[in-house]
This record gives sequence, structure tokens and C-alpha cells, in this order.
Amino acid sequence: MSISLEKVSYIYEDNSDIKKPALIDVDLEIGEGEFIGIIGHTGSGKSTLIQHLNGLMEPTKGRVYFEGKNIHAEDYNIKSLRGKVGLCFQYPEHQLFETTILEDVCFGPMNFGASKEEAEEAAKEALKDVGISEELFGKSPFELSGGQKRRVAIAGILAMKPEYFILDEPTAGLDPEGRVQLLELLKCLNQEQGITIILVSHSMEDIASYVDRMIVMNRGRLEFDGDKEEVFSHQEELEQMGLSVPFFRHLANDLKEKGFPVEGEILTLEDAKRAILKTLKKEQTYD
Amino acid sequence: MIKDITIGQYYRSDSILHRLDPRVKLAGTLIFVITLFFSKSSLTYAASLLFLALMIGLSTVPLSFIVRGLKAVGVILLFSVVINIFFIPGEAIVHFGVIRITKEGVVTAVYLGTRLVMLVLGTSLMTFTTTPNELTDGLEKSLGFLKLIKIPVHEIAMMMSIALRFIPILTEELDKIMKAQTARGVDFKNGSFLHRMKSMVPIVVPLFVAAVRRANDLALAMESRCYHGGEGRTKMKPLKYCRRDLLAYLFLALFLALMIYLGFFCPIGR
Repeated sequence: MSISLEKVSYIYEDNSDIKKPALIDVDLEIGEGEFIGIIGHTGSGKSTLIQHLNGLMEPTKGRVYFEGKNIHAEDYNIKSLRGKVGLCFQYPEHQLFETTILEDVCFGPMNFGASKEEAEEAAKEALKDVGISEELFGKSPFELSGGQKRRVAIAGILAMKPEYFILDEPTAGLDPEGRVQLLELLKCLNQEQGITIILVSHSMEDIASYVDRMIVMNRGRLEFDGDKEEVFSHQEELEQMGLSVPFFRHLANDLKEKGFPVEGEILTLEDAKRAILKTLKKEQTYD
Repeated sequence: MIKDITIGQYYRSDSILHRLDPRVKLAGTLIFVITLFFSKSSLTYAASLLFLALMIGLSTVPLSFIVRGLKAVGVILLFSVVINIFFIPGEAIVHFGVIRITKEGVVTAVYLGTRLVMLVLGTSLMTFTTTPNELTDGLEKSLGFLKLIKIPVHEIAMMMSIALRFIPILTEELDKIMKAQTARGVDFKNGSFLHRMKSMVPIVVPLFVAAVRRANDLALAMESRCYHGGEGRTKMKPLKYCRRDLLAYLFLALFLALMIYLGFFCPIGR
């Protein structure tokens, strides 16, 4: 039960017949229940990669399998795949169109064959999950604030009850509070409902504190794929690609250089706190 | 699908045609189109064709790229040709039940088809070799005399260049919205006509919202940079004629003279 990519390449062709490779020989396996972060520079192929996961784009070369079946085979029902692999694009609030919030969220499930009642039930649940209160359900989505619109749009995908949920920069343009709320929601969906989350982000801090596995894209190639601790240990290579490592990893390195020994892989504030306290206690016992 | 429409696009290159002043190209296109409409003899057609072929050759735009633009007007072209073949009365060459194909019909259809093709190719050649900004600059300058009768030429040119500038932006926006709604299970390709029409709603509404949002942002950006219309406004790249432009005008004048001679005074080829 997984999505797997086998030697997938994708080449963009524009009008002047210039060919630009956006993905080159990508091999990838995404299992159930994972929490994956995808990072990469602008134009590294992240967006192209995620659009291959639900069949919106067809690879120029290579194959994409869902649960062992080739999704671009002639008899494959690609629409049902899109119900199982939910994809939320950047600025999803730009896709809202219905007259009321509830109807907009119902749109997805009804496209996948849910009855009006089922869709409404799923929509209400999804809206509750993202923290939209019930008195807003009958309002027009265009009356909401930016952050609320974002959450409604995300609920629109969530109501389809996807098994895999891909989000492209969902926190872009949100305030710090909205950011944390959204990431906590994703964490909760992953842990309590077992939904696989694939998060594309520019924020190393978000990636460091939430995901388990990390995928690094660079110029269309999959450069690293592994546990976040392992991937962040390639600090130099990451910096060469124009990516950074989380702030607290830098801090730990600096402390070590200055002669203050902190142990273990430090990526988040929590890690740093624990390690520093540990070292301080040790020093006290030596004194 | 969208990328197949090459009409109105700019093709980056560095040919003599690309470097010409846009006013020359506007005049050239105008002369070409007008003479094409007055063409009645096969000789004038031949001259127009020659002129067009020469221009295409000079433009260095690949022929395959130019011809792709015809696809978009293919239906209209086919329709008008077919109508002419079947409905022009005259000497019948094929008679089959109610279907009658006349000699006059075929001749008119061939002329009309060539004329339409040349019209599309000729005008799109101008947009292939002129950026939208140059084009509106050229229009603004050539129509500047209309200011005397209180027509806001600058404002109209500005609106035109903004409209042109928005086409690629909205195309991109459309592409994004279509993908986002496909991911939510909209099916554009299958289903009845009514069903497909209905599936346009989730595309069109966000597209309109996007257009209004963009327009609003742009208006704000222009105002915050103190845009106040054309009065006293100078250009970063003012249009200036140079030698090749004059030569091109001379060539156009010769072409026009030739067309007038062939069309009205030449005794052969009618």
C-alpha cells in the first residue's frame, strides 16, 4: 500500500521548442502513515514532483504506481486516485467559488460520488477539524479573512477523506499563530487518523519540528531521502544547494566550536533545551 | 492545449524584422491587409504571397511555429471555404442530388481560403516580431494626432498594453485553477455537454475573482507610483526612426505601387 515512482523524468516543452527537464530519474516510495517533508530551492522540481503523485502530470519517462498499479495504464480509474491522494496547491484559497462555505467544502466529496447528506457530514467534520466555527458555514467564502479562506480551502480537500494528503507551502502568507495551528492540525491528522502527510515547505524550522522523513530536491534530482536527522547532517551539501539547516542546528554547532559540548542531533528548540540543560548539569557535577 | 495557440505571441529572435520600428511594421501590416482585400486578380495574389514569403524568410521565425497559429482559426477557415464551394451559383461541375459544386464556387473558395490564410499569417507575423509593449508604443505614437480631437490615445494604449500583459498571467492562473479543481475531482473531458458546461463554473468564478484581484493590485501599484495619465509623461525608450526604417518605408511604398498597378492597370491576370 504505497505510492511509488520508478525512474520518473518530466520534460517541460514550451512554444519555442526549448526543452527543460524538471524531473530527472526520480525513484521514490511513499508508504502509509508517513509524515514527509519535501524541500528544495525554487525551480528544483518540487511542484512537478507532487503533481505526479496524483496523476495530474504524466511522466515523460518512467512510471508511477499506486498500490502496485500503474496509474497511467489505460484501464486505470485516475479520478478515484485523486480522491485518495488529496493535493492542496499553493494559495488554495484562490480556488474557492461556491456561494457558501459549506457548499464549497462539499464540492470535492460530491465529485467523488458522495450523496448530499454524506458530503455535508464530511464537510462539517473537516471544517471543524480546521477550526471554522459553525456560524460561518452559511457565509460566502469571499467574506472571510485570508487565513480563514485558506483553512476552508484545506477543508475542501480534507472532506474528500484522502489517504494521502499533499500540501504545497500551506503556511505561506499565514501569521505565526495560523502557521502553528495548521501544522498542529496536520500532525493530528497524521497521528490520529493515520493519513500520510506530504508537506512541501521552505521553512527548515517547520520541517525540523514536524516531519519524520525528508526529501531534498535539487535541479530536478532527488538529492537526499531519509530521516530528517540524517539529511540535516549533510549541512555543507544543503548549503551548496542554497538551502539552510534549522537555526538550532547552527546554534549547537557554534556552541560546540566555542567549547560547550552539546550532544546528539539538535534540530528544534526542544532538542536544544534538553541538550544544553544536560550539559549544564554534567558540568555542575564535575565542579 | 493552451500552448498550441501561437496567434498573438511574441517569438524572441534578432532578425531585421524584429529590429524595425513598430510603426513601420504597423504600416506594413495595414498595407498588406488592405491590398489583400482589394486583390481580385491572380497576379496580385501572387505578389502578396511573394511579399509574405519574403517577410517570413526575413523574420527567422520557424515556419512550423507560424503555421501552428492557423490551427486556432482552422474551423472558421474550413467553414467559410466549404460554404463557398457549395452555395455559389454558377456552372456546375459536380451534381449529386441537392449537392451542387460550381466552378465559380471552387474558384471563390480557393481565393477566399488563400486570402484568409495570408491574412492570419501576415498579421500574426507582426505580433511574432513585435513585443506587446513596442506594439502599443507604436500605436500610441502613430495615432497621436487623434489627441487633437480629444481622444485619450495614451490611456487607450495603456489599457491595451495592460490587457495584453494580462493574457499570459491569466493563462497561468487558469492552468493553476484547472489543476486545483481537477485534484478536487472535476472532470472536464468526459460527460454530457451540459455536464461539461457545469464543470466550467468552478473554473470561471475563481478566474474572474483572480482577474479582479490582479487589476486591483495593479491599480494600487500604479497609484502608489503616482501614475496620472499621459500628460507630461516621458518614455524610457522613445521611438526613433533610423535608416533601415526609412528603407523599409521605401520598400513598402514600392510594394503598394506594384499592388495598385497590378490590381487596377495591368491588363493581364484578371
